[in-house]
Amino acid sequence: MTPFNVIFFIALPYAALLMFFVGTIYRYKATKFKFSSLSSQFLETRKLYWGSVPFHWGILFLFFGHLIAFLFPSSILAWNQQPVRLIILEVSAFVGGVVTLLGLINLFYRRLTDARLRKVTSLIDILLEALLITEIFLGLWVAFGYRWGSSWFATVLSPYLKSIFTFSPNIDAVVMLPFIIQLHIILAFVIFLIIPFTRLVHVLVYPLSYLWRPYQKVIWNWDRKQIRSTQTKWTIHKPRNN
Amino acid sequence: MDVRSQIAMVFHLDKCIGCHTCSIACKNIWTDRKGAEYMWWNNVETKPGTGYPTKWEDQDIYKGGWKKNGKEKISLRGSGKYKGLLNIFHNPHLPVLDDYYEPWTYKYLDLIESPAGDDQPTARPVSLVTGKPLDIKSGPNWDDDLSGTPEYARRDPNLENLSKAEQEAMFQLEKMAMFYLPRICNHCLNPACVASCPSGAIYKRGEDGVVLINQKVCRAWRMCVTACPYKKSYYNWNTGKSEKCILCYPRLEAGHAPACMHSCVGRIRYLGVLLYDADKIEEAASVSDEELIDSQLDLILDPFDEEVIRNAKENGVADSTIKAAQTSPVYKFVKEWGLALPLHAEYRTLPMLFYVPPMLPVMASLSTTDDSGQAVKLDPIAKFWDKNHRYDTTSKTIMQTVEQARFPVKYMANLFGTGNEEKLIEVLKKQLAVRVHRRHVTVGDVDAGLTNDTLNEVKLTAEIADDIYRLTSLAKFDDRFNIPPAHREQAIEMLENAGDTKGSTGFGFKETPQRGL
Ligand code: SF4
Ligand code: SF4
Repeated sequence: MTPFNVIFFIALPYAALLMFFVGTIYRYKATKFKFSSLSSQFLETRKLYWGSVPFHWGILFLFFGHLIAFLFPSSILAWNQQPVRLIILEVSAFVGGVVTLLGLINLFYRRLTDARLRKVTSLIDILLEALLITEIFLGLWVAFGYRWGSSWFATVLSPYLKSIFTFSPNIDAVVMLPFIIQLHIILAFVIFLIIPFTRLVHVLVYPLSYLWRPYQKVIWNWDRKQIRSTQTKWTIHKPRNN
Repeated sequence: MDVRSQIAMVFHLDKCIGCHTCSIACKNIWTDRKGAEYMWWNNVETKPGTGYPTKWEDQDIYKGGWKKNGKEKISLRGSGKYKGLLNIFHNPHLPVLDDYYEPWTYKYLDLIESPAGDDQPTARPVSLVTGKPLDIKSGPNWDDDLSGTPEYARRDPNLENLSKAEQEAMFQLEKMAMFYLPRICNHCLNPACVASCPSGAIYKRGEDGVVLINQKVCRAWRMCVTACPYKKSYYNWNTGKSEKCILCYPRLEAGHAPACMHSCVGRIRYLGVLLYDADKIEEAASVSDEELIDSQLDLILDPFDEEVIRNAKENGVADSTIKAAQTSPVYKFVKEWGLALPLHAEYRTLPMLFYVPPMLPVMASLSTTDDSGQAVKLDPIAKFWDKNHRYDTTSKTIMQTVEQARFPVKYMANLFGTGNEEKLIEVLKKQLAVRVHRRHVTVGDVDAGLTNDTLNEVKLTAEIADDIYRLTSLAKFDDRFNIPPAHREQAIEMLENAGDTKGSTGFGFKETPQRGL
């Protein structure tokens, strides 16, 4: 248990978790206007297609891949028992990674070269994109260099992450991992840590509720069934329906 | 019956002089900000023309509005629950900055500050987006007054179903005609923008039907920009939020007319309350193209009907609002007189802005006459039409010329009649009858018999014709704008309670000074 390990595998994940929850909730409450995906499609649409679409679908695929491996390690191990299925999983994950990386590089290039986009690009945008590119690149390196990650993720990392979430951190296994893998993990925590300070917050407000809300939306600033009724008590509070 | 009240509008196109005062009034108040420079919540375009953003009416490009599938259902053309969420990473139908224009300003200071030199300094145009010098390729109202006809007017999407010959006839130099089409958000009853917003940021106010975007909930998914067939929802590239016409609701609530209407030089604009039956909206938006206008007008209820009034009261509509509905100039134009029609009803958003279609091309049609007497009087070098042709403005033949107007009725029908020429002819004939009647009253060169015939043909009486004339030509400010109070005694700006906020915040406060823990 060197200080390095304690800092990066115990302190950092908790700092990231804390910052993620406190930061995003605070921002949502205090500066809601700034909660936006800040789309730049209006200024440039053609190049965006070749960046945004592969990147977003790719990263969703990768994210849920990691999430499933974390939540259901045994099912991943069961799936991987047959070599063909293992290879199918690994190859599709790798292809997903490559697609994501290419998309992201397209996005990065587009952002840096388009004069209009420069005007809506902040320092944190550039930092975030650079971090993501590094992270995905490292991920691909890990997948290629330290074969059958889906299996060892389930046996080594899932227990570690679980120990973090159950507040009994156990880093015995992570500290033994090769440095590249460790770096991949550390960067992931860093990205989580900075989410509240970036446009990544838009992930948290992905509008799934659209699927079950009615299409039309009407807001009344007072209760229309009661406003004319003499029975209604006078109240100094805002109506509740907005 | 679910009776609700809606602030609706009528624009009388014959009166619009294309001065753009309305656009400027709106711009100065609302969109003179970074990211909004390109937005014209109110814009006035020349028709025929491609409009703003260019070709907005071509839904094959922009996929706005609702479309009817099969027998019953309607669905959003380019967005909606599944398409919208699938296209959220890249919206293929989004109009981009270049479809509007790149906003610019001039480096005026260079005129004064440039060092002395051999050349006269100039004020170069610079982009308001990038700040770099700009080669201006288009701008607001680039095709104003038919400029650049081959590029713009000829590509008007409304010309699509006109034959080659009809189109050629329209663009002959001697016959060319145009009119202005001022446009703002229609504050629709079946708004596509609301339906398309994945975040649910857009809503219709129950009390007066104004459609608004909650800036704190908008997340820049940009679906409303696609979904609004009138392209009246705009994306602010700077704040990352969409914005649209708010019908000057802070002014409305205080009983003032919206800025565009207040400033209208031609006095073409009317604003008033309509009562409608919200239960029937979906049904009304789902009928076939031909029935759309009638079904939309059927939604609007008679404000004198006892049953309607009772239901309105049950729904919390204030007495002052019901009164305003009874004296609404919009109700008169739209329902009583049947003179105003919605623009592109076929988009099925049930727009609440109605237009009295322009008649200008009807009054003067080219006819063959013996004009030799006239020619003698003319200066020989003055240009005049072919000796045997002249503009026929005599009232005798006017009624026959509606269908053969210089401006094809078919074109107008594409704009205001979902392609149905009958509708347009009916409205134009009514307007003509009023003119014939007034000519009879004031000039007296039309005989009473003909006047009666024309009025009878369109089922108008002399009294109604006079009413129409009065509200069209003589109406004063208060006749044109009948705005019920927003009952601020119930709430400040309808969203906040007067008791909560009165005297509590001022300059320098970010937080309501509320009692601590
Ligand atoms: S005109 Fe467009 S923006 Fe306005 S309410 Fe209708 S659909 Fe929405
Ligand atoms: S201010 Fe009135 S007359 Fe002038 S362009 Fe606008 S609508 Fe037409």
